[in-house]
Amino acid sequence: MTAKGTQAAAASRDQQPRITLVDVSLRDGSHAVRHQFTAEQVARVARALDQARVPVFEVSHGDGLGGSSLQYGFSRQPDTEWLRAAVENAPHVRVSVLLLPGIGTRRELKEAVELGARVARIATHCTEADIAPQHIALAREMGMTVCGFLMMSHMISPSELARQARIMEDAGAHVVYVVDSAGALLVEEARDRVKALRDALECEVGFHGHNNLGLAVANTVAALEAGATWLDGSLCGLGAGAGNTQLEVLAAVLDRMGIHTGVDLYGVMDAAEEVVKPLLPRPIVIDRDALVIGYAGVYSSFLLHARRAAERFGVEARDILLELGRRRTVGGQEDQIIQVAYEIAQRAGARPGA
Amino acid sequence: MPVGVGILGSGNIGTDLMYKVLRNPHLELRMLAGIDPASEGLARARSLGVPASTAGIDAILADPEIRIVFDATSAHAHLRHAPLLKEAGKLAIDLTPASVGPPVVPAIPRADEQWPDNISLATCGAQATVPIVYAIGQVAEVHYAEIVATIASKSAGPGTRQNIDEFTVATARALERVGGAARGKAIIILNPAEPPIMMTNTIYALVPDVDTAALERSVQAMVSHIQRYVPGYRLKVPPLVGEAPGGQGRLVTVMLEVEGAGDFLPRYAGNLDIMTAAAVRVAEQLALAGRATAA
Repeated sequence: MTAKGTQAAAASRDQQPRITLVDVSLRDGSHAVRHQFTAEQVARVARALDQARVPVFEVSHGDGLGGSSLQYGFSRQPDTEWLRAAVENAPHVRVSVLLLPGIGTRRELKEAVELGARVARIATHCTEADIAPQHIALAREMGMTVCGFLMMSHMISPSELARQARIMEDAGAHVVYVVDSAGALLVEEARDRVKALRDALECEVGFHGHNNLGLAVANTVAALEAGATWLDGSLCGLGAGAGNTQLEVLAAVLDRMGIHTGVDLYGVMDAAEEVVKPLLPRPIVIDRDALVIGYAGVYSSFLLHARRAAERFGVEARDILLELGRRRTVGGQEDQIIQVAYEIAQRAGARPGA
Repeated sequence: MPVGVGILGSGNIGTDLMYKVLRNPHLELRMLAGIDPASEGLARARSLGVPASTAGIDAILADPEIRIVFDATSAHAHLRHAPLLKEAGKLAIDLTPASVGPPVVPAIPRADEQWPDNISLATCGAQATVPIVYAIGQVAEVHYAEIVATIASKSAGPGTRQNIDEFTVATARALERVGGAARGKAIIILNPAEPPIMMTNTIYALVPDVDTAALERSVQAMVSHIQRYVPGYRLKVPPLVGEAPGGQGRLVTVMLEVEGAGDFLPRYAGNLDIMTAAAVRVAEQLALAGRATAA
């Protein structure tokens, strides 16, 4: 274990660690609304998060800057409009952007900084951290706080994850996250991965949960206890699949645990109830398809795309999702949903729709 | 009379290229030139009776019979090689992401009789998908083309990994300039699944309207054409036509995979194979067009 690792672990056990809560309602939540937020909605949510003093909140297409596409869905307005609305309405806290190398480029990152984003999260599949150094380095050069995101963290062992995390830290990341993109991690698995990163790294460790197995808050608490100091959540859980760790619930739990986050608990409750709840396109629950996603270990954002393909090709969403899990598809492979649905329909002799 | 060619770079790509060039009756492989004496490529060249050298570009420049040079080194090295090759009157086929010359996709008929002296092959994603966008463009107006290239983690080397942005930009540019799309976008995804996946490519195109039967014929004809030099290029999902998002026009979706020939690179490395196959095809076209005459 590194020196800082020992210190941080001790801090999380005995003292008040400095926790940074990050809201992802306006980024992961974008998946849940098919990327149809308006700048006006972004402004309202931003204002509420600012009032509640949530220190960082993320604003981007669900698949990050540059994600607006036929593959993932066009956003109703460009990232730049959303960013402008967010920054204008949140003077006290910091706006974050997500970027997936291979989808967004350094050009989008520069644009985001010009618009006032101060935190960048550079995300790769958990085995491919070495496509991120250029983007991490640029974000750092531009004075941003940079987080590396290791997506689909359930797919490799804790020690392999730590090796990948080192690549991101060496490239200049201030924080490296265990990202449970599929909401597939059991509590012990979340703990083991955070611990492995905490032992291997000098920088901070983060955790991003999804609730497909109903474990998001519990996993986040386990992550905290294992040394994570950056914790993601979203208001009402608005996010991909069965949603993210519910931020206002997490805030209440941390408050009861005596953990200081700097967030106004009633403010964040109000933000959820009064600003985001009216925006929910459907209840954020663990229904059958979302449960299958967590169970099969499939990328959470596949949910709505799988449902649409099921309807288009006359097949079951669950069958599509289970097959995607079998094929070990990774985040970003929404096109495979079409191929799998087409193949299932062909085998069943159903007429593949157009 | 076969045209004399040389290969710069004795790594995976250069070595695979060697096998393909040796099979081509229009080309005479005069040299495989690298810089690493321990490289397997150079050893294999020697065992095949191909002249091998560790003097890199100097060895190539020293042979006046080499008319066409394949550069399979790196973008950085090609920037150095390009002016030297030009000065020596040799035609360069660039397999690196340097993009010195304009992008060329050999499956697509050239409108221009003139061949540039430096030909870029852009990216593997471009080689695999631009022909399909072109085929769609033969029967409909392509306002927007988007491609998703998914490759096995094992077949993405440091060159690709350190130039991910350049991959997406160069591919998008090729979709526009060579494929004919008014606007293009490219996405690349790496997947570490075992056994390694074949290169998979999805092509989306937004068109105002399209005759489905004509579309199927055009795409199938293009696929058959490419199969002549990339036998493992195959459709996985034939052209689907649906409503465009926002209800304006039609969305065409085509999905295909590329299995490599397995000459030196493994079969799953279809992304690398399509580059070497395209390179040889371009050289053959140059030879047949009589463009590779002595300086």
